Amino acid sequence: MIRFEGIQRQYGSVRALAGLDLEIAEGELVALLGPSGCGKTTALRILGGFDHPTAGRVTVDGKDMTGVPANKRDMGMVFQAYSLFPNMDVRNNVAFGLRIRHEDKAKRLARADQLLELVGLTEHADRYPHQLSGGQQQRVAIARALAIEPKVLLLDEPLSALDARVRAQLRVEIRNLQQRLGITTLFVTHDQSEALSMADRVGVMNSGRLEQLDTPEQVYRHPATAFAAEFVGAMNRLPGRIGDAGDVQVLGQRLTVLNAEGHQPGSACEALVRPEAITIVRDAAGAGEVTQRTFLGASVRLEVLLDGGQKVLVEASSHDVGVGAGTRVGLRILTESVVVSDPGVAPDPEAVPAVA
Amino acid sequence: MSAIGGVGPDLVGGGSLLQEIEEAGTPGPPVTRRRRRPRAWRLVILVIAGLFYAIPFLAAVKYSLIQNDGSFGFANYSAIISNGDVRNALYTSLEISAISAFVVIALMLPTVVLVRLRLPKLTLMLEGVTILPLVVPPIVIAAGLAHLQGSAPEWLVKLWFNHPLTGLTPTYVVLAMPFTYRAIDTGVRAIDLRTLVDASRSLGASWAATLVRVILPNVETAVLGAVFLTIAICMGEVVLSSIMLYNGVLPVEMIQIGAQSPGISVAISILGLVFVFLLLFSLSFIAGRRRGSNSVRVI
Repeated sequence: MIRFEGIQRQYGSVRALAGLDLEIAEGELVALLGPSGCGKTTALRILGGFDHPTAGRVTVDGKDMTGVPANKRDMGMVFQAYSLFPNMDVRNNVAFGLRIRHEDKAKRLARADQLLELVGLTEHADRYPHQLSGGQQQRVAIARALAIEPKVLLLDEPLSALDARVRAQLRVEIRNLQQRLGITTLFVTHDQSEALSMADRVGVMNSGRLEQLDTPEQVYRHPATAFAAEFVGAMNRLPGRIGDAGDVQVLGQRLTVLNAEGHQPGSACEALVRPEAITIVRDAAGAGEVTQRTFLGASVRLEVLLDGGQKVLVEASSHDVGVGAGTRVGLRILTESVVVSDPGVAPDPEAVPAVA
Repeated sequence: MSAIGGVGPDLVGGGSLLQEIEEAGTPGPPVTRRRRRPRAWRLVILVIAGLFYAIPFLAAVKYSLIQNDGSFGFANYSAIISNGDVRNALYTSLEISAISAFVVIALMLPTVVLVRLRLPKLTLMLEGVTILPLVVPPIVIAAGLAHLQGSAPEWLVKLWFNHPLTGLTPTYVVLAMPFTYRAIDTGVRAIDLRTLVDASRSLGASWAATLVRVILPNVETAVLGAVFLTIAICMGEVVLSSIMLYNGVLPVEMIQIGAQSPGISVAISILGLVFVFLLLFSLSFIAGRRRGSNSVRVI
């Protein structure tokens, strides 16, 4: 088990990590998700031994790793940039870690071949990195990281330099491999779909803090904070008013507030509602008018302008929605509970919904 | 094209003018003319430059082949081989070159890596420090060393100054620093140093193993360039070695022989030139081989 205990990291006046507490269970894949500069890569580099915390400690299976150098940690890492050694062919790249461990040559090359088979690159064993595509290079990097049979696998945005098709394919491959080998993995990404589709648990980070750590479904459906709600997926900010019983009145509906703490009854707020949690019906006397219709293949995204001037995004199955721009529609929120914006944030009727 | 802007006959012969304008508009023949001109100029420049270098070289070769009796032959060259002093001086200079090159690379490569990875703020200072040997004239360095030689305790003189190998090598390491620093720095800038180092460290490699097995092979061309520059300095430096009275090194030996037998001196110069040429040729061959291997990029 990996534990981050009150990890802080200060770079001059910039606080990259402001007391990170995190536990990763044996064989689990945890994805740290957040915008640039939120501290997710710093956390990963501290676990890998490439950076040192200003305060706090990291333990692996109860052993304090804080002062242990990177080369003594037994952690395989795959980097965002292509990191294969240009002077070695693919086989020797994979066998590098075993060579450092003075493994017998025949043994280490056999192990390298085994791992190349695992990532489907057996026939590329004699090629050099510059003769491989980006996706192939990252596959080799994964094989190389796994060759040393590490206790922990660290993935630092390994798919961000690849094109969409290869990214989607590798996402599945990495997850399958991780589950098959049961290797504890920390995965850092700013791509929410990557985090949601691959991780056992997703940690949403903001300004050096962990805003929420939960299963992908919980993070998506029941975000703990307004930031987590808005960062993961597209989000509408709809004006509402806090009720007496920890509820909120939005678009004429009464919904339960998930983060009611700090909100005064009767105060104005913004309820955060996902586009797919709103349904529309054609209604000449409805509350708004469709101003834009974007066909996305499986779904349709509609922009509805309410009579009060508020814009609302609605996403529905492309088979079900036949309305076009100019149609008057009525709206209905499907979910029973919502997150509202933090107290003190004034509602802005002109605000454009956040789209991720 | 001059006909277009011209007056007189062209204006009268309107047909030919039109034809010329049309020709100027077509991409075919004028492009060919434009391409031919630079090629011709290139050839002329190449020939002039070739003659500029070849004539003195060939004259020197011819001079070195003139024997004492006026006939042509290899007497001067065979005299070099049979001259024990020249042979010893050559060995000493080669030894100094090899040790200086090894020491300067062993010092500069880790320094450049350390500064780039951990102490980037020191880059400017390092550039300033490494350029000092170029700014301070060799005569000043020689004067300083001569003073030290004269005032140092006997044991230090015996240890340091008694042999050209110990006396000159540290100084040549300093003299080679500006060139080696810049060559290695350029090589290191060309690779993704941080990622390669992090990858190597995460796979269990120590700093030394990372330097030798990962960084060095990937800056091989730059390091070879630095080595050859160091060798060139060591084989040609004459001010320091002659002021410090080290007669047993090749450049000083050449001057001494030149005073007695100019033919042998010129023959040594030519051999030195060929030696440096072979070094540079092997460097460009290695660099070319690397570029060639990169060009077979699949995707």
